[in-house]
Amino acid sequence: MENLGEVLWQLLRVAWLLPLVSFTVIVLAGRRLGREGVLAGHLATGAIAGGCALSFLALFFWLASAGIPAAPDDHGGHHAAAGEHADDHATEDESSADGGEHADHAATERPLYFAGTWYTLAEIGSLELSIGYHIDALTIAMFCMVTLIATCIHFYAMGYMHEELDGVTDHEVTLGGGEHLRRRGRYHRFFQYMSLFCFSMLGLVIAGNLAMVFVFWELVGICSYFLIGFYIERRSATVAGNKAFIVNRIGDFGMLIGMMALWASLGTFTFAGSDENGDGQIAGAERGIFDILRDEENQFALATPEEMIVSDARAKEALSVAGAEGGATEEQLAAWREEDYGYTLLVIGGLGIFCGCVGKSAQFPLHVWLPDAMEGPTPVSALVHSATMVAAGVYLVGRFYPAFPPEVLTVIAVVGAITLFLAATIAITATDIKRVLAYSTVSQLGYMMLALGVGGWLAGMFHLFTHAFFKSLLFLCSGSVIHAVHSNEMTDMGGLRKKMPYTAWTMLVGCLAIAGAGIPFVIGLSGYYSKDMILMQAMWFAGERPIAGWVFYVAAGGAAITAFYMFRLWYMTFAGEPRDRHRYEHAHESPKVMYVPLLVLAALAVCVAWPVPFMGLSLAGMLASAQWPATEAASVLAVAAAADVHDYHVAATLIAFGTALGGFLLATVIYGLRKLNAEDARRRFAPAHRFLLNKWYFDELYEATFVRFTFFVSRLVADFDKKIIDGFIDRLAIWTRWTARVDDFIDRTFVDGLVNLLAGWTYGAGRSLRRVQTGKLHHYVMFIVLATVVLFVVISFWASLGPAGVRQPPPLPETPVETAANPT
Amino acid sequence: MDLLTQPVGVSHFMVVGAVLFVTGAVCMATKRNLLGVLMGIELVLNGANVNFVALGSKFLRADADLALGLDGQLIALFVIVLAAAEAAVALAIALNYYNNHATIDVDRADELKG
Repeated sequence: MENLGEVLWQLLRVAWLLPLVSFTVIVLAGRRLGREGVLAGHLATGAIAGGCALSFLALFFWLASAGIPAAPDDHGGHHAAAGEHADDHATEDESSADGGEHADHAATERPLYFAGTWYTLAEIGSLELSIGYHIDALTIAMFCMVTLIATCIHFYAMGYMHEELDGVTDHEVTLGGGEHLRRRGRYHRFFQYMSLFCFSMLGLVIAGNLAMVFVFWELVGICSYFLIGFYIERRSATVAGNKAFIVNRIGDFGMLIGMMALWASLGTFTFAGSDENGDGQIAGAERGIFDILRDEENQFALATPEEMIVSDARAKEALSVAGAEGGATEEQLAAWREEDYGYTLLVIGGLGIFCGCVGKSAQFPLHVWLPDAMEGPTPVSALVHSATMVAAGVYLVGRFYPAFPPEVLTVIAVVGAITLFLAATIAITATDIKRVLAYSTVSQLGYMMLALGVGGWLAGMFHLFTHAFFKSLLFLCSGSVIHAVHSNEMTDMGGLRKKMPYTAWTMLVGCLAIAGAGIPFVIGLSGYYSKDMILMQAMWFAGERPIAGWVFYVAAGGAAITAFYMFRLWYMTFAGEPRDRHRYEHAHESPKVMYVPLLVLAALAVCVAWPVPFMGLSLAGMLASAQWPATEAASVLAVAAAADVHDYHVAATLIAFGTALGGFLLATVIYGLRKLNAEDARRRFAPAHRFLLNKWYFDELYEATFVRFTFFVSRLVADFDKKIIDGFIDRLAIWTRWTARVDDFIDRTFVDGLVNLLAGWTYGAGRSLRRVQTGKLHHYVMFIVLATVVLFVVISFWASLGPAGVRQPPPLPETPVETAANPT
Repeated sequence: MDLLTQPVGVSHFMVVGAVLFVTGAVCMATKRNLLGVLMGIELVLNGANVNFVALGSKFLRADADLALGLDGQLIALFVIVLAAAEAAVALAIALNYYNNHATIDVDRADELKG
């Protein structure tokens, strides 16, 4: 198709804006939409379902026009190879006949993408803030994934939030009188935020520049804040909302620094440039960050760009290099490049952006907010944990991958490894069903970061997708359970599989998927493929860089723990005998609107990683076609020879399978068959158990350090404010008051006195003159006459005496006449 | 008393003017009837007029060959016009006053005194 980019942009734009429309309508109409706003749910669901349809239409157009990425001779050397690998991997074609292709498929072109600017919000100097788009295979896949999952969750939420349509009695809020809070339902508000949430996430995915990403990043944050704190009457919910928001702010601060570092040196926020003037190449001002960092002439290898070198040199050597171009000579540039000028900027930019992702994707050390985010309604947790909030962080790392230098990647890998281990261990002891899942999410996000950090872009992104499906499934299942037993505690559950079969079996599918179950080398659930890919990558990385070998062991161990806690969860909830008879009796399967999405998601969790039969299309292949050239330089798929890849693959698969099986068996023995008593284990490892139960004391640690410190500082500042600043102002006020008093005295005594005196005189004069005004005409006439006579006499005398005051008439030129003033 | 022996000149006119003026003033001061007061005013004005005309005479001026000697007469005419206007206003007041108080005794018109 000629204008594929335009078509895609139109489709995705509508898909992106539909939830915004729904949000606006619900905000304006609110409760007036049907009884208590019941239609708000339909509207929001319709909007996101429409977005889903459009996304898949876009996918169809993409595949029809850009070709099926996995087909070998369709899309140039590299992508075909990578795609085929994924394909290989999925269908387990062990022959691996394409051995020769690995060595020499140096990337020669950018992945197919469409970028552009829709609307420029502001241009301040060279800072351009615009709403732009960057559409590539990853964008489209993300759109499909997000809208699909969000649609399922919306349908589910229509059932789950049903009681919000009537008055709600919140059993977790006790009022002063001892009774529970009764309030009006907020059904419409829930869907209003859900729509905004979807809109924000889609905006983040389609964003074509960092500034726009940041805007939607914050929108996602605020939506999660709204939804986590949905039960605003519960103190724990509002606190959790605040925590999520504040912890994310910390990450965002780093992100802002990164953005500043990049913009100040590169002068653009755009990811990848588009050929705006149509001369067939991307040059000059058209270039985006990726184009600048990975020059096409340089075979897309990451190099410190000239702008950064000059910027750094200017700072270090106090040079006044005029402008980015022309100012520095080639020799200077070369010399500076030798000394690694500007590289720090690159690292700071990468670390800063990653810092934002750490906050959003709940990585160590900012992972503490995610488990608390469980206070929100379960559909929100599902959305937050799979398709939107936390996916945003991993997505941004994936999107921004071409701009990360190796140092940053190492940091990402280490952070991911720590997170994955930390969260997995905490999940072992948690008894709140949603908290287990929350820690599981943190742990899986750690896997993704680890994969990205060790060079497995494809592995990380692939896991993001597969994880989204099974994690949303697991959360919705847990929501279904909570809906049935009205408790989050797994110690209140047990044996529920008989009562709620759909939930139980779909959840089992989710557990199998997240544990990476499958028949090695034959077929498996979605998690099997993505986790294998990650382990393979980590294994290769450990081989390449032995010093970082521990990340592989962490990943492998994490796989075992994952399987263990997931099956622990399943056994405790669904298997065995009910622990709480009363709750068990009242439990019931959820309504159809809730379990049908579960079935859909379960089906997807099983087969989303499978290639489409007879087409050679697979998710992994699709994603691989979006990878930026030369970023796979550190990837096992690209670097190792085919035979080695095969070896790695076999080993990774066996390890993954073995660890997961181990975890599964342990969980079965302890919780399924109850051969080992969990209580005994708990007692024997009491300190460790306590340590894990308290989540490694992270909250306490932060409480003791940052929170206390902040309070200390704020108290200090408050004291300074109260004592010194307030004191000063009080003094000033006292002084002013005193001055005012003096002023007042002067004003009253002297100024007023003078004026009063004058007034008194005038008054007195008026009073005395009043007597003259007798009202008798005769008197007036007498006065006039007498006054006239007196005047006459006076003037006559004056004139005759000739005082200085009276001007003598000038002497007349001729015949001086006697003055007329002496008639008498 | 050489006035009686001299030919009629400015001084005689001024005597007439003074007499008229004084008569008018006395009339104004003594009459309680508003119309009488008005008449006194007319006398005062006309006393002044006599003076104007007399003193405006061409023969009393140093610049006699340059002036027409009509200044006094012009001002007298002016005064007559003003007197007419004044009389009209004053009579109107008198009429109104009579309407309100059924009298034209000026001594009773003291409502505006201070």
